[in-house]
Amino acid sequence: MPSPVRYGDTLCDQLPSAGCFARMSVIGLELPRRAVGVKTMNELVTLNRRELIKTTTGMLTGLVVAGSPLALLARGRAWAVDLTALTSSEGTTLMAVARTICPHDKLEDAAYALVIQAIDSDASKEENTRKMIQEGIASLQLGFAASSENDRVETLKKMESSAFFQAMRQKTVQGLYATPMAYAYFGYEGEAFSKGGYLLRGFNNLRWLPEVPLQDSGPMPISA
Amino acid sequence: MARIEFKDASAVVIIGSGAGGGTLAHELSRRGIKAVLLEAGKRQSLESFSQVPGEAFGQLTWLDARTQSGNWGVARDFPSLPVWHCKTVGGTTVHWTASCPRLQPWELRAKTTYGNPAGTSLVDWPISYEELEKYYVLAERRLGVTRRNGVPGLPASNNFKVMFAGAKKLGYKQVHTGHMAINPRPFDGRGFCIQQGFCVQGCKMGAKWSTLYTEIPRAEATGNLDLRIESTATRIEHGADGRVNAVVYRDTQGREQRQSARLVCVAGNAIETARLLLLSASSKFPQGLANSNDQVGRNYCHHITGFVWGIFNKPVYSWRGATLAGVVEDEVLNDPSRGFAGGYRMELLALDLPTFATVGLPYGWGRDFASIIENYRNISGMFINGEDMPRSENRITLNSKIKNAYGLPVANVHVDEHANDQALRKHAQGQMSKMYEAIGARRVILGPTPPATHNLCTARMSTDPREGVTNAWGQTHDIKNLFISDGSALSTPGAANPTLTIVALALRQAEYISQQMKARTI
Repeated sequence: MPSPVRYGDTLCDQLPSAGCFARMSVIGLELPRRAVGVKTMNELVTLNRRELIKTTTGMLTGLVVAGSPLALLARGRAWAVDLTALTSSEGTTLMAVARTICPHDKLEDAAYALVIQAIDSDASKEENTRKMIQEGIASLQLGFAASSENDRVETLKKMESSAFFQAMRQKTVQGLYATPMAYAYFGYEGEAFSKGGYLLRGFNNLRWLPEVPLQDSGPMPISA
Repeated sequence: MARIEFKDASAVVIIGSGAGGGTLAHELSRRGIKAVLLEAGKRQSLESFSQVPGEAFGQLTWLDARTQSGNWGVARDFPSLPVWHCKTVGGTTVHWTASCPRLQPWELRAKTTYGNPAGTSLVDWPISYEELEKYYVLAERRLGVTRRNGVPGLPASNNFKVMFAGAKKLGYKQVHTGHMAINPRPFDGRGFCIQQGFCVQGCKMGAKWSTLYTEIPRAEATGNLDLRIESTATRIEHGADGRVNAVVYRDTQGREQRQSARLVCVAGNAIETARLLLLSASSKFPQGLANSNDQVGRNYCHHITGFVWGIFNKPVYSWRGATLAGVVEDEVLNDPSRGFAGGYRMELLALDLPTFATVGLPYGWGRDFASIIENYRNISGMFINGEDMPRSENRITLNSKIKNAYGLPVANVHVDEHANDQALRKHAQGQMSKMYEAIGARRVILGPTPPATHNLCTARMSTDPREGVTNAWGQTHDIKNLFISDGSALSTPGAANPTLTIVALALRQAEYISQQMKARTI
C-alpha cells in the first residue's frame, strides 16, 4: 500500500488546486504534513481508526462520484471528512446552509464538505468563531437540513445580516469554487504553465463569431 | 550586489521596488550612483509563483490592516481590502495585467479641458505631452510594448473575439489586443506569452515585464545597489536644515534599523507613500514631511472601474489567454454631450473561477447567484478603466485607533464618489452591455467595483505648491532631497492604466536626480 506521502504527491501532481486538500489536515492522524484531508473510508479505517475516533468530534461522509477528481485518487467508494470542533449533526446542518447559499444540484457533496471542514478548522482555532457558528446553528429551526429549499431560503433571508450568515456566505463562496471538484464541475481548467499554457490548447478556438483581422490582433508565436 | 553601510550618508535610499522604485533603482545604479532599495516584501521568482489563485493572492498581496470610509462601493463590498497591490520584490509589477496605454495630451490639461467642475480639485500637469512623450517612447522600448516600435500585437483570444465582435456592431473603430508589456515573441531575456491566463498570479514565463526580473537584477549587477527585502520603512528623518538624512525601517527580524541617506525617493504605492510622509511628522514638520500645504494624502484617485459580464449560449472559456489583452479606446475622449467629463477604456478581462465568485460578482447567494456561476464556461468579461475626479476630501489619513504590528497607525482610505464618476460608470456599463447584447448575450451582469489596483495622486505634481506635493520631477516642494517616485506623483489619473506613465516619469526623474547630484544642488 502506498504511503500517505506518495498519496499526497500524486494528488498534487494531478490536480492544479490540490492545495485546497493539502490545507486540511486530518487531526489525530500522525501523517506527514503533505498528507491530505480527504481520504477514502478504507484508508481512514486502515490507517488509524482508533486514533481518529479519539480526537475528532464529528465526521461528514459520502460516496465518491464517478468521474469526480476525487475518484482519480480514491481506492474505496466512500470518503470521510473529520470535524474537530463541530458534531456530525452540526456539520450536516452547515452542509445544508452551504447548499442553500450556493445551490449547484449536480456538484457533489464532497466539495461542500471541504467548505465545512474549513469552517470547522476556524471554529477549532477560535473560541469566538466556534460559539458564533454553534449559536447560528442553534438559531435555525429543527430539521433545517431536511426542510424544503424554499423554507431554507426563507429562514436564511431572515438572518442575512447576522454574523453567522455572513461568515457562512463568505466561507462558502471562497471555499467551494476553489475545490478541484468545482474546477471540474464548472469546466475551469486552472493552472496552465505545466501544460504549455493555452496557446496550443484552445485559447483561440471560438468559432461562433468572426475571426479578428491580423491588424487588430497579432501572429501566433509558434504553430501547432 | 553592493553592501552599503548604515552610516553611509552618500547613498540614495529608495523605498519600494515596483514600477517606479525598481526602475529608478536601475537607472541610478547604472549611472554609478549608490542606492539602497528597501522592499517590505519577500523575493519570489518564476519558479516560486504559486498558480493556486488563493495562495498566489497570499504570496503577493499587501495584506497589512487598513480601514476605509466614504460612499464608494468598495467600502461596502470589500470592507477589509480597500486596495489591492503587492508586497513583494517587484511590487505591483508582479501582479499587474501589463496594459500600457499612454495618457492623452488633453488629459494632462485636465483642469483646463474639463472646465474645473464643482467639487473637484483638478490641476493641469506641470509637464507638457511633448515632454512626457519622449519618455513614453523610452519606456515602451524598455518594456517591449506591443503595437509600438514594430513589436507585433498579441494574437486574439476567445474572450477578445467576443469583445471585438460586440465593439464592431456598435461601430467602434479603435479595437485591438492592446498595448501590452507582454512579449508576443522572446525579447530582452524574457519568454513569450503562452496564453496562460495567470498574469495576476505572476507570469511563470516572464513574458510580462516586471521589475522583479528585469530592472532589479540589472541594478544589482552594477554593483551599486543594496536591495534589502522584508524591510519596512517606518519613518523618514531630517536634520536641522530641514533636509532628509535617514530612513528608519524594520528589518527581516523586526529590528529597527537606520539607514543614512543623501536623498530619499518614496515609491511605496500611493497609500503607503502618503502614510509614510504623514508618519514622519516632527517638531519642524508637525503635519508630516512635504506637507506644509496640507496636500499629502489628498486628491486620491483610483480610476472608475467595474466588471461587466456577458452570458452567451456557447462556450467562451474566457480564462484561457492573457488576462487583459484587448481594448476599445473610442470612448477615451472628452465629450461633454455624454454627460460627464473625461473618458474611459473598455478592457478585456477574465477571472479564474474562485476569484470570479468572490470578487467578480455583485453580492448575492441562492439560485440566481449560483445560476451565473453554472454558466462560467459561457461568460465573457470586460472591465471599465475610467478617469475619476480628484477631490480634496478623498484622501489617505492615519487611523490612530488601529495600530499595526509596530504600533503605528494604519492608513484610512476615504472615497466619496463625484457625480461625474457615477455618470461615467453608468455610461460605460451601458455601452458594454450594448456590446454584449448586440451579439446575442443571454444576460449581462454588472459586477462590483473591486478593491482599487490603480492608486494615484496622493502626492501629486503641481505647478503651484499650494495645489500639490512635488514639482515636475517628483521633487517635493518643501524638501529638495525628498522625491516621490510612484503613482502618487501623477497630477491626475486620466483614463490610462498607470504603469507606463510611472515608468516614464521614473526614467525622467532618474536623469534629473543624476544631473542635480552632479551639480551638487542636492
